[in-house]
This record gives sequence, C-alpha cells and structure tokens, in this order.
Amino acid sequence: MSSIEPMTLGQIAQEHDEVETPKREVVFAVEDLAVAYASNVAIREVSLEVYKNAVTAFIGPSGCGKSTFIRCFNRMNDLVPSAKVTGNVLYHGKDLYADEVDPVEVRRRIGMVFQKPNPFPKSIYDNIAFGPRVLGLKDNLSDRVESALQRAALWDEVKDRLKESALGLSGGQQQRLCIARCLAVEPDVILMDEPASALDPISTTRIEDLMHELKREYTIVIVTHNMQQAARVADMTAFFSVDVAPDGGKRTGILVEYDRTSKIFTTPADKRTEDYVTGRFG
Amino acid sequence: MATPELIAGAEPRLRPGSLSGRRRIGEDVVKGVLALCALVSVATTVGIVIALFVPAIEFFREISIVDFLTGTNWSPLFEPASFGVLPLVGGTLLVTAIASLVAMPLGLGAAVYMSEYASPRARGIIKPAFELLAGIPTIVFGYFALTFVTPLLRDIGVPVDIFNTLSAGLVIGVMLLPTVASLSEDAMGAVPRDLRDGAYALGSTKVQVATRIVVPAAVSGIVASFVLAISRAVGETMIVLVAMGQQPNLTFDPKEAAEAMTAFIAATGAGDIPTGSLEYKTIFAVGALLFVMTLVMNVFAIRLVRKYREAYE
Repeated sequence: MSSIEPMTLGQIAQEHDEVETPKREVVFAVEDLAVAYASNVAIREVSLEVYKNAVTAFIGPSGCGKSTFIRCFNRMNDLVPSAKVTGNVLYHGKDLYADEVDPVEVRRRIGMVFQKPNPFPKSIYDNIAFGPRVLGLKDNLSDRVESALQRAALWDEVKDRLKESALGLSGGQQQRLCIARCLAVEPDVILMDEPASALDPISTTRIEDLMHELKREYTIVIVTHNMQQAARVADMTAFFSVDVAPDGGKRTGILVEYDRTSKIFTTPADKRTEDYVTGRFG
Repeated sequence: MATPELIAGAEPRLRPGSLSGRRRIGEDVVKGVLALCALVSVATTVGIVIALFVPAIEFFREISIVDFLTGTNWSPLFEPASFGVLPLVGGTLLVTAIASLVAMPLGLGAAVYMSEYASPRARGIIKPAFELLAGIPTIVFGYFALTFVTPLLRDIGVPVDIFNTLSAGLVIGVMLLPTVASLSEDAMGAVPRDLRDGAYALGSTKVQVATRIVVPAAVSGIVASFVLAISRAVGETMIVLVAMGQQPNLTFDPKEAAEAMTAFIAATGAGDIPTGSLEYKTIFAVGALLFVMTLVMNVFAIRLVRKYREAYE
C-alpha cells in the first residue's frame, strides 16, 4: 500500500530556509515591552529583533498577546483608551513611543492588514486611492492604484471593474485589496494580523505566495494561529505562550522562543515550544 | 467494532416517526396582536389623510387651486377675501431654512465630536444636556425667542421687528439640535470599528477618518436626521405663533414679521369660525398643503440617500 507521506512542519520550513541567516539589517528592536489594558497585563517582558526583507511570524495559543504585540509596531494600541505600552520599540533606531513621535507618521510608514478583510464601502479604485489621497500624493494617482493592484496580484481580476464597489469582491479578493491598499502608500513594513484566518484554503495560498513576493521589497510581520502557515512563509518565528500566575489567577502573554523558523520547527530549544509545534499543547 | 451500548436509564431518543406537530395557538395570538399594533399607525395615517383632504377638496370647489397656489395675497378672513397661500408658504420655508442652517451644521458637528473625539466623561456631560434640551416644551422656546433672543438681536445691532422670522428660526434650530446630533451620532456609532482601524492604519488623521470614512458610511442616518429636523421645523407651531407673528407677508427678509402655515392654522382654529364655512375649510386646505410638502420632501430625501450612501453591509 502506498500513501502520501505528509511533510512535517520542519520539512516545510526547511524548504525555503536560507542556508545561513545573513547578518540582516534590524528594522525593529523591541526591548522589554509590556502592554496592559487597565490593570490587566496582556503581554510582558518581550524583547526581539525584526529583520529587513524577511517575514517574521508570531505564533502561539489564544490569549498569548500576539495580536496585542503586533499592534505595538504601528501604535494601533493608541486607539484603545485603556491600553498602556511600556518598554521600547525602536524602529530603525528611533523609539516609536517617544513623546515627539506622531502616531499618524508612524502608520504612514508601517502598514497593516487586519484579520477580517475591511475594505471601505467605496469603489475598488477609491479604496486603493484612499491612502495616497490622505497623504496628499495626488500625482499619477491611477498609476499608483494600478501598480498597487499589480503587486497584490489583483489587477487582472479587477481592472475592468475599478469603479464598482469593493464589497462585491470575494473574501480573498477583499483581503488582497486590503494588501494593495496598504502597498499604495509605499510603506516600509507591512504588519498582518492573521490575514488569512477568515479565508478559504485557495485564497490563503494566494496570500502566502504574495508574502513571498512582497518580502523582496518590504519587511513583513505576521501573526498567525496556523503553524503550517508560519512554517510556509516565515523566515523567523517567535513562539508566545500564556503564563498563568502561581495563584492560578492572572494570565499574561510571554515570549518563549524566537529563532529561525526551521529551527523552531525542527530543534526548538524550549520544551514548551516543542510541545506546541508537535501538537501536544494548544 | 462493538456498537456502543446505550446509556442505561437514559431517556429514549426521539424516533423519526410522524413529523407533524400540534398547532401552536400562542404563536398565532402573538402574531395577531403584533399585527394589530402595526395596524393602529397605518389606520391613523389613513384617517388623517381622509379628515384632511375631504374638507380641503370642498375648499377647492369654491376656490381655484391655481389661485390658491400662486396668489401672493393671503387674507381669507377679511373682505374682500383673498386666498393666495404663497405668503404663508414663504414664511414657513424661510423659518425652516433658518432653523436648518442652525440645526444641521451644529448638530452634525456635535455628533462627530461625540462619536469620534469626546472622552466618555465629556459624553457623560453632553448627552444629558441634549436630552434636557430635547425635553423643553415648545411654548417655552417660543417665549424664549420673543423675550430673550429678539431683544438680544436688537442689542447686538440687528434691527429686527418685535415679531420676526429670524429669532423664531434660530430658536427652532436650537430646539432641533439634539434631534440631529443624537440620530447622527447613532448612525456614526454603528459604523464598524474595522473601517476606522483600516483608515487609521493608512496614516489617516482623526479628521480624515471622520470626514472620509465615518460620515460617508453613516450618511443615510445623517440625512434621516436632517429630514426629521426639517419636517419638525415645517410643522413647528408654537414658536412661530409666539415669536414670528401673524402677518401674512411675502418677504424674504427675516427681520420682518411673517406668518407660517402652522401659525395660521393654530390661530384661526382657535378663533370662532363656523364649522363648514369657507374659512373653516381654509384651515384644511393649508393643512393638506403642509402634508404634501412634507411628504414630497421625505420621498425626495429617501431617493437622495439611496443614491449616495456608502452601505457597509
């Protein structure tokens, strides 16, 4: 009897692994970061570096604070009145949380794609043109829109219906539209918070292929609860877990291990990582 | 493989036998009662239309509808009687326009502030203040216009008559402010957070998020609040009766006294005119016109909203 031998996560990760991690430029250096909502600490003591032109994945069980963490990179947590961020997030050496930093300026450089596709209730064209318009980039707007849609691999599907509502697109197309919308403002970094969790497998594959394409030009950070996805797309992977206080009370997210993806999925250093990636936990 | 044993002592499972159920009388009763509730408002509307249009049609047997709608002289109670309704329509439109110019921008501004900017604390102060404003009887607003706003306008150098359209319009606008603000804010509050987040993530400022995402997405609710405000301004009676005057005066000068359609109806209805007389029917003719004006405006507004709204679902 023959059967298809499923690839292990380690094998998947090794398929696209580079032989030796080159000394890459650091885009973000996180130092002892903690985020609290009112008196609830969602995540604490996180330190890691995110490298240029790489895909960095954050994985971990629900409640480990990975979504909270990714929102620190473009100061989206500022929009939650009770959220308080301590520690440093250095972006090319500058602290994103310094007093003189304008969160609007931060978000112009660091784009974000959300879990649920959130196209604006406007035409496809106006969705992509939204970012350039708010930034006052009004020259060659239609070239910009076309280029963004090309890079998000959506142009061929929508070029004849740019004036139609974006809400008429399928879920997968909407998510690629959101990626295109983000690319239209020429960001430096793209943050993706579980970008494929609401999509079907084919759409998911397209988004993952896109990430491989995009990392040549951009730095990508992705949160995912799907380990296969992390193994397929990420160069670096950080595993987060939940630390339960000894009295069984407060639950806080912590960073357990951060390394090359192939290492995380083949020879993790921490027992908790091993349990998680082999499916014994979570 | 062994079939798992049924748990001893468990309730027997429902068998796939006859699936016909008994008739649930309670369901029918509830449905009937609820339909009756809906019917009351429909029946009332029909009743009003009949009560309004039957005397109005009798009026138009005696007075040409063309003369009524195009005449510029309104003196139905004096000899020689003249039934040109335009001075009343002009008075109503002018006072409504002034009220709208106050209520719409201020109300929308307040709504944007409360929905996008205000801290929970600030909202906790503003909302009750608006509710208080919305609860003031219109007769109070009327005397406020006559005894406070009019003298105030004179003090600041606006030469208004004792009775004038301007102060009535301004005060109606203030009265309608909570309506516009609260309905518009509800509409903005219903715009999903996702959309705001998406816009913020692209580097939008608060103003850009409010004007380019939230307001367009909430426009149907905002326009609905405007329409309601205009309808209430058109139908407002006490304030115009007290502060605007009762001189049918075809003018577009808000400093002068004029008469609104509702003020004519209220004042004439309160006087002693014999039922069934031409004067009596005049009231209904003016009322019917008021009804048609509001209806046309509502229909027009619904069309407008369908065309321009950015539906987010």
